[in-house]
Amino acid sequence: MSLSRRDFLRVSMSAAGGLAVSLAWPHRAAAEQAMAMKLPPAVSEPLGAFVRIEPDGRIVIGARGCEIGQGVRTSLPMLIAEELDVSWSAVTVEQLDYGLEERGTPPTLVSRYGPQGAGGSTSIRDGFDELRQVGARARWLLLQAAGAEWQVPPERLRTQDAQVIHPDGRKLRYADLARRAATLAAPQGKLPVKEQSAYRVIGQRVRIVDGRDIVTGAAHYGIDAAVPGALTAVIARCPYFDGAVAEVDDSDTRRIPGVRQVLTIEGPRPGASLDRNLAAGVAVLAEDFWSAQRGRQALRIKWTPGPGVQESSSALEQRALAAFEERGKIARQDGDFAAARRSATRVIEHTYIEPFLAHATMEPPNALIDLRGKRALLIASLQSPSGASRMVNAMTGIARSDIAIKLPRSGGGFGRRLANDFVAEAVLVAQKAGAPVKVIWTREDDLQNDFYRPFGVHRLAATLDASGRVNGWSHRVAATARKYRAEDMEDDPDWVGCVDPDGFPAGCVPHYLAEFLRVEFPLARGWWHAPLPTFAAFPVESFLDEIAAASSQDPLDLRLALLGSPRELDYRDHGGPKVHTGRIAGVLREAARRIDYGRKLPPRHGIGVASHFTHGGYAAHAMEVALSGAGELNIVRCLCAADIGEVVNPLGAEAQFMGATVCGISAALNLQITVRDGRVEQANFPDYPLLRMAGAPDVEVFLIDSPFPPVGAGEMGIPPVAPALANAIHAASGRRLRRLPLGPQLKG
Amino acid sequence: MAIELTLNGKPADFAGDPSMPLLWYLRDHARLTGTKFGCGIGYCGACTVHVDGSARRACVTPMSSVAGHAVTTIEGLARAGTLHPVQQAWLDEDVPQCGYCQAGQIMTAVDLLKRTPAPTDQDIAALSNLCRCGTYPRIRKAIRRAALALRGEHA
Repeated sequence: MSLSRRDFLRVSMSAAGGLAVSLAWPHRAAAEQAMAMKLPPAVSEPLGAFVRIEPDGRIVIGARGCEIGQGVRTSLPMLIAEELDVSWSAVTVEQLDYGLEERGTPPTLVSRYGPQGAGGSTSIRDGFDELRQVGARARWLLLQAAGAEWQVPPERLRTQDAQVIHPDGRKLRYADLARRAATLAAPQGKLPVKEQSAYRVIGQRVRIVDGRDIVTGAAHYGIDAAVPGALTAVIARCPYFDGAVAEVDDSDTRRIPGVRQVLTIEGPRPGASLDRNLAAGVAVLAEDFWSAQRGRQALRIKWTPGPGVQESSSALEQRALAAFEERGKIARQDGDFAAARRSATRVIEHTYIEPFLAHATMEPPNALIDLRGKRALLIASLQSPSGASRMVNAMTGIARSDIAIKLPRSGGGFGRRLANDFVAEAVLVAQKAGAPVKVIWTREDDLQNDFYRPFGVHRLAATLDASGRVNGWSHRVAATARKYRAEDMEDDPDWVGCVDPDGFPAGCVPHYLAEFLRVEFPLARGWWHAPLPTFAAFPVESFLDEIAAASSQDPLDLRLALLGSPRELDYRDHGGPKVHTGRIAGVLREAARRIDYGRKLPPRHGIGVASHFTHGGYAAHAMEVALSGAGELNIVRCLCAADIGEVVNPLGAEAQFMGATVCGISAALNLQITVRDGRVEQANFPDYPLLRMAGAPDVEVFLIDSPFPPVGAGEMGIPPVAPALANAIHAASGRRLRRLPLGPQLKG
Repeated sequence: MAIELTLNGKPADFAGDPSMPLLWYLRDHARLTGTKFGCGIGYCGACTVHVDGSARRACVTPMSSVAGHAVTTIEGLARAGTLHPVQQAWLDEDVPQCGYCQAGQIMTAVDLLKRTPAPTDQDIAALSNLCRCGTYPRIRKAIRRAALALRGEHA
């Protein structure tokens, strides 16, 4: 939501007598009522604020987002500090709670801090204007206060390092103005912000704000939450999709010291929406995790398998391949691909296969909930606190403004925590137990009960005219729809999330077809680290190299020729509404230049490149690999060039691209989730081998100096990785691998 | 009979199930939550602590085995508010992203540098702790920086 006349500044006295500044956005559901809302009187701010300037000199900036490792606890407060005109070293950052409350008559929900979720690399894009305005408005109040103090028009004053400076050189500290500023009326409308050349915080290489807490073990994650009287629950979940608990013998469990309760929770009805918990199960509640886990191991449960008990990955793959015999839903059609195919000088066609993937956040899902009559407290590692708030409200009837949600650090997100199934479990268990409950998942629970990245088979065909130019492109996707048993996606076509109808080379070839063939499978699907781009990039960018090889063109030249002149094209999915061909070409050229593309390589070495447009940002990877005759892969050089517009914190952004690249290699080489006899086969990390130190190359990151507005950095670095690697392997060995993960095929 | 141990330099005792892994004693009973749960099978290293100065995976270390021994956790690594050079190197290189695995990474790196003050690339590559965010390149830099600091040289 962008700032508009409907938002308003809330100026108040902090508990210590200083200035506290917040905004309140009308909550989406009640936006039209918000105009009538009245400013509350200036009172102390018990819930925190974006900016607090205390008489003792402390400058406290609130961090609104869910910190999942993407760095928003650092980068978002930087935006406020810039316009407040304080040096970063003078700032203390405090995490804000989820800020939903009722105000006014009639009561209306307002969001105190605006968007707080983490998903789609949107935090910086959403916050760039809003949060700079927060800082500018707090500074404006301090200027007014100083003007009143000195009897000078505020326009004649300037600020620097948390001081207001008089034209004659006198200075007043913000701290000394805070009390007066807190009594002033808020500014109206949008304030001017600094030119880029005047930045003192944005663009600096800033280390994460709670680094010291992390390296001393003091940082708090959801799994570290505690409230008095809370019981720890572990849940034995039905291993079959849509299965149920047939029989439980908990007699041994109840004899284990520390075990307090054993209770059964129901799963979703077969075929019903997966918007609560994912599976039926038996919860063991105990005084500590170990007692609960021992209790769980002592359960004797008979499961009723669901209708998917016969399902397997091999059957799914057969169904997907067979699906290409039919016609599917057309997501985009330009020109007439069928006619182009009939008249083509040459047709190239290949099929690529991508597996289900689990998120495997280092911190397994967990949630602590304390239901206290008409109020609730939720502490959990979340990406969607608004979703959690709605869910707790729907399940308990407790008003959303009375559901307090703390936002501790999360041990990774990658899209897993956009679902709140683990919160639903905690609510169900707490309601039955009549006590505060902390549900903790084991790694096995996590790998076997995820919202997985969809499985898909991609069939790509390209037509070449007599001069060797690509004039037709068909991308048919037979996949398990990401939109699966989800009520909140009814408005979207079911190919959304599996087909990227406007992705390159759409708009760059006259005859273009994107088609979706839905394949049914009972595994839950969700959002996985740059969900659609990661899914789309491997087949498209591998196929481009295959066309180049088949038509004796250079892969980079082929891409640049297809991209054509720099221009904007329509892009409907997340990150649109436009994609810029010149920026794609820009990152490709930069990656190629940095790796010295085209140089002579040693035997068995090869360089691969790939790029992708992801959530409004542009990235290209270039990799040089060596592949021994025995199939030993060595990533000799790995680099990424990215254009994410203006960069708020280069040190943090480089870390995001470095990390995403390593994660991308991990997934491309080794990761897959498979199903046999209606159950997920992988149980723990040995079956789902994330890269370790030895397999992770150094990653060189080059952020392009870009005049465009900033977008995020969390996800753009992953989609080009798998195809760049596959292309490099082909360049080194002549072997084209069209199935992920690549690793098991290297030695075959 | 209660199990007695030394925990971050202070005496501690535990009267519960002797088969309880050290990890869950630390987290649920000693309320030292800096040591993290990642896999429960000693594979990922998020729970790494020191027992008598050597790295140990706390999720597969029963309490009975630490009776009479000295356990150091991430909370006990800094001395009198001064960070251990490995912790300082982690800050200097801005290693953590989500940060969840980093306590285990740091305890593992401290152990490595104690055994091998001048680690080779191969020594560092042999470390098996998992990081889902992919911070390995910065971990390598931080270990090299800390190794220099511990040997009294400048990075």
